[in-house]
This record gives sequence, C-alpha cells and structure tokens, in this order.
Amino acid sequence: MTVFESELENGRFVCSECVKCNKLVWPPSDFCNSCFSKVRWRQVSTTAVLVEFSKKNDTVFCIAEFEGIIRVMGSLEADEKELIIGKELQLAKCDYNGTERFIFQLK
Amino acid sequence: MRRVALVGTGLTKFTKDDVSIESLMLLSIKSLFENAKNLTQKDIDAVLTSTSDNSKYLSSIISELTGLSPKISHSVESLCNSGANSAVSAFAYIASGLADVALVTGAERYDSPGRILEWDKSRGQYKHPIYWSSMFTKAHMRKYGTTKEDLAIVSAKNHKNATANPYAYFEKEYSIDEIMQSKNLTEDIRLLDCSLPCSGSAAILLASEEIAKKFTDCPIWISGIGQKTISAGFTKNTDLTTMKSTIDAATDAYKMSNTQPRDVDVAEIHDAFTICEIIELEDLGFAKKGKGSSYARNCYETQDRKINPRGGLIGSGHPLGATGIAQIVEIVQQLQGKAEKRQVQGAKVGLVQNMSAAATSSTVLILQS
Repeated sequence: MTVFESELENGRFVCSECVKCNKLVWPPSDFCNSCFSKVRWRQVSTTAVLVEFSKKNDTVFCIAEFEGIIRVMGSLEADEKELIIGKELQLAKCDYNGTERFIFQLK
Repeated sequence: MRRVALVGTGLTKFTKDDVSIESLMLLSIKSLFENAKNLTQKDIDAVLTSTSDNSKYLSSIISELTGLSPKISHSVESLCNSGANSAVSAFAYIASGLADVALVTGAERYDSPGRILEWDKSRGQYKHPIYWSSMFTKAHMRKYGTTKEDLAIVSAKNHKNATANPYAYFEKEYSIDEIMQSKNLTEDIRLLDCSLPCSGSAAILLASEEIAKKFTDCPIWISGIGQKTISAGFTKNTDLTTMKSTIDAATDAYKMSNTQPRDVDVAEIHDAFTICEIIELEDLGFAKKGKGSSYARNCYETQDRKINPRGGLIGSGHPLGATGIAQIVEIVQQLQGKAEKRQVQGAKVGLVQNMSAAATSSTVLILQS
C-alpha cells in the first residue's frame, strides 16, 4: 500500500509536495514532475470548490477542486437544487478500501 | 521521409463471442490476405498488434500463427487509441526505411481489462467511463444548452448508419424516442448514449510508395498525423466542454497534410458516448463551438453519412484495440469507392479521430486517395 493509500485509509487526504520547488504533485508520485526532486507528504485542505456534478439514482457525484490544482471525483451529500458551480465544499470523509473514496458536503 | 500507403484491409464481425485475442486477430489477417492481391508472407517485414489485453507477447504469437518472420514485431497499447497509434508506429517504420510492408492488427474481447482505469486516483470510486462522460455531458449542456434529444440524435444517426455495415454489432435502427427511453445510467446519459464493449478485430496493411501498387490498384495515402497526450488522469481535462488533446492532434494532422476541416469528405470519429461526437465535431473544426449537435442533427435529417458512416463506435461496437484500425478500414474503403451501401460519393479526403482515457489522449489521421 502506498503512503497516499494508507493515509487515505486513515481518513487523511494527503498529496505529494516537492521538497525543492514546493509544487503539489497530483496524482501522487515518488518524485516531482517538474524537477524530479524528492517529495514529502502533506495534508490537503479539507475545503474544495465544485467543478461539475451529475447524479446516479439518488446519489450526486461531482468533481471537486482543492487548492486550485487537485481535482478528484467523489459523492456529494447535498440537494441537487442547492448546487451551483464554484460553490465551496467540505471534504466530510475520505477512505481507501481497494479504491479511493471522497465524500463531500456543502460548506 | 518516404510516402506511406494503406494497401489492404481485413475485418471480423463485431460480436459478444467468447473468442481468444489471437483467434480474433487471425481472422482479420485471414480476411486481409483474401482481399489484398499478390500478398505473400515474405512481403511483410513488420507486424504490430494492438490491444488493451496485453498480457501475452501477441505480435510473436500472431507472426507464428500466420507464417511470418518479421524484422520488427511488437505490441502497441494505449487503451482505446491503441489502434490508430499502432498505425502511426507502422507509418514511422516505413517512412524511415526500417520496414517496407507492415501488417497491423488490433483486437479486443468483450471483457477487456482496458474498460476500467484503476490507476486514475482522481476518479475516486467513479472509475467506470459513464462517470467521466456524464461530466462532459453536463458541462456541455450547461454551457451550450445541449439537450438529451441532441444526444439521442447522434445515437439514432450512428445506429442507422450501422445497419449498412455488415460487420457492426448492432443490426437495427433505434428511434429517437426509443433512445431517450432507454435505461438511465446517470441523470445525463442513457444506455443507448454509450458504445458497447465487444469482441472483434481489424487489420490493415501499410506499404512504401515503391511497392504499394503490388498489392492494390487504389493505394490510400496517409498524408497527415497528429497525436497528443495531455495526461493519464481524467480530471486534468480542465475544460469539460472540449477535448484539448483532439484539438492539438487535429491541428498537427491538418498542418502536415496541408488540409483544412472543410476539405474532409468523410470522417470516422470516436463516439464512445454521444457527447463525444458532439464535442469532436466542434474540436475537429467541422462545427463552431456549441454547434456540434446542430451539425449532427443536420446529418441525421439529411441522411448525410459524412460522419461515422460505418456507425461509429455506438453503432458498430467498441472492441478497444481494434477500434482505431476499424475506423481506418472504413475510411480506406470510402476513399477507394468500395464502401457499398455506406459510400459517401466522391470522397477524396478522409479523417480518423481515435481517442482514449476520457479524451486525455487523441490521434488524428488524414487519409487521401
């Protein structure tokens, strides 16, 4: 299991960050994709912005953007009628059980 | 750089049959040998195989099964655009002089491992392709007012076109109403908005200008090539109403061939989902942004077969590694005037657009008679 996966399993969404140029490297990697320096792991902000959404059965799923660079898909616990692109979201829960899972709520 | 021609084609029927990859490839190669004149095993000095099911050393297996001992032999894997990319590799071998005649075959089974992208962490638990296509669909609806009926028209058009394609998986027309009433997979797409993974194979033969006419009286020239990969992760598509990789690949292909969108008479474009065709019509320059659905609607209402005459992926089925090659086969037949009931009259310039992994990678070819 990778650092990313084990941290996610413990409810922490972390991303690789370059020790030299401080760039966030997403998707997570062992080296910076700009300068190939080593990376450290740091927790990602728990607030995000709604980029797009749709719905399957009664579950809204969406793309959320963290820190202006990291975009992930997850489920969104909210009434579809309240959703506006660009609205702030809170990462309510994340975990890993063979696949990554992100659950958002409106902030 | 030497000129390179397409000089032979082979296809299998697209089905849900439980057939091995090598058996499928063997069938399309057998079909190619039956169609090409004067072709013997000794003529072929490069063999490329295209599939997402790449657990075997397929090019060597296929070479042995078909009695070939090529100088160059390997597989090409890049998910859904493996087919067009393998043709580009064959082109490069011949154009550079490393080979004179290249056989390219692609195949996939209905249960291909290439359908789900486990690597892409940005998709979270939403790894099935219906989720990324829903995001593109909703974004295009939001920005340009695209409707569910607009989507249904693309599916109706391509299913109708496929009825004239004896190798297509689907063999019946669907009305717009039937498509709109098909099962909702998400809020934005229905079952008949989707292409269907299936079993099938396609093969092409490429040759240098010096030898092309040995195999056909109607060589079709590859005059333009563009390839672009922006990422592997779906969410790196920053604008969900467009396919950046397709725009970049098309720009290079048009430039290399000294053509423009208005010069294209017939095109096979990668309609993995109905929204893909609408966006691609715009990004390939056939329609202005936001007008892709109007363009598709006009094709449907006037029975114009210019776009996806074999039925595209939606009408023909989508055996991943075979798809790009089957697209090329169709355009070759169109430019040779041999597309029978599907023929676009007077077609001289054709385009193939093959993409993969939620449009993060695209390949565009310009073919000319």
